[in-house]
Amino acid sequence: MDKRKGTLFFKNKPSIFKTFSIVGPKEKQSKLGKYYDMALDDDKFDESTYEKAECKMLSTAVSKVIKKSNLKKDEIDLIISGDLLNQIISANFMARDFDVPFLGVYSACSTITESLILGASFINSNNFNNVVCAAGSHYATAERQYRYPLELGAIRPPQSQWTATGAGAYLLKPFIKGYPIITSATIGKVVDFGVLDANNMGAAMAPAAASTLKNHFLATNTTPKDYDLILTGDLGALGSRLVKHLMDKSGYDIFNHVDSGELIYNLDEEDFQGGSGAGCGTVVMASYIYPKLLNGEFKRVLFSATGALLSTVSSQQGESIPGISHAVCLECNL
Amino acid sequence: MTGKNNQNYNEEYLNYVKEIAPKTKHLKTLWHAFWVGGVICLIGQFIRYSFMYWFNLYGDQLAGATSMVLIFLASFLTGIGVYDRIGKYAGGGSIVPITGFANSIVSPAMEFKSEGYIYGLAAKMFVIAGPIIVFGVIGSVCTGLIYYILNLFSLI
Repeated sequence: MDKRKGTLFFKNKPSIFKTFSIVGPKEKQSKLGKYYDMALDDDKFDESTYEKAECKMLSTAVSKVIKKSNLKKDEIDLIISGDLLNQIISANFMARDFDVPFLGVYSACSTITESLILGASFINSNNFNNVVCAAGSHYATAERQYRYPLELGAIRPPQSQWTATGAGAYLLKPFIKGYPIITSATIGKVVDFGVLDANNMGAAMAPAAASTLKNHFLATNTTPKDYDLILTGDLGALGSRLVKHLMDKSGYDIFNHVDSGELIYNLDEEDFQGGSGAGCGTVVMASYIYPKLLNGEFKRVLFSATGALLSTVSSQQGESIPGISHAVCLECNL
Repeated sequence: MTGKNNQNYNEEYLNYVKEIAPKTKHLKTLWHAFWVGGVICLIGQFIRYSFMYWFNLYGDQLAGATSMVLIFLASFLTGIGVYDRIGKYAGGGSIVPITGFANSIVSPAMEFKSEGYIYGLAAKMFVIAGPIIVFGVIGSVCTGLIYYILNLFSLI
């Protein structure tokens, strides 16, 4: 088998020009709270429903990143976006506001890296000049779609995670000196080790993350040492231990691994294993890691967002939870 | 078809997950459930005695009035966003009494109100309580039948 299968190398160096992130009140109070571009005090964002709020968050992120880049809406060639809701309504309805060509993608919580891979490919092929990649999630909408009503007095099991309320957008451009570039990417495979517990998404996604990281190291001839940071999407504390274990078994010591889900909240009783959701990795990357790439603190970061590809129907029918993880390698040479 | 048949199914990994996954602290959660559930029942008993002393209610009327007050209180607490916090602490302690039943009906009703009063609120109201009602009714019918048959042979 070709060991470079699924790995892309972007010779024309698509750059991430600007990012924008917006988070909910709970994320604002956490230790990363001060880094986000915008934080809401009201998680309904002055809308009548949470679904509308999620859509508005995505659309705010996209319009603000366009504004930040000193561009106008009609200069944007393509928006690629996705979210967690059925029929990705937040992303689709967000695109309604823009009158810009739009690709809706779904890859659960790894939606952002899937969008970045697609966006980088379009820029790399010289087809487009300005591409916006965005993803978001909302605690209240995810909770209602996947679990129970918010006011139901039920206990969360200790292995569960907390869906992050947040949306982030990245504006991709052809090579610009001094900005982080996407040099390579690995498209993940759907991996299912047979985890049945829908509350334990870290365990369901860890094998996918391990598989993608391994494939990326093989294809690019690198080892974890070559990266300043390996950032996964939303494995949480338990999932992080599992991915370390799996990588150890394959002979890679990922000592520089950090998980967005662990970073996004001050881990306490209520959030248990940490954050999850399409917005989780998106905002941590956009507002915490990206600036560190920009100021030279990190030279090379591997960002592998992870997604659990379950639905309520599949879980109720007794299906196990497949996971997927797409990785992008970001580099910044000042 | 479940994950068991898929080519990546990994027993060893699943065992490892089970081994390192955090366990529910049973003693602690049982204690929480015990004392909160007990307090809810104590309140119920207090309401019951109050109705007996001050309103001279007895039998079915008394049971009905007591339940109504408890259901009202639980629905009210759900509405102002307090009951789910009690539930997070007490677990089964606040689910098992009739107040938990009220919470399981009011919370989806609030949640799905955004889809309208008919297809949202009214249709989704019994999403969680529905199975309880179904199996409650089936259970009581079965008990009744057994009781009837035993009576027929004058065993009780």
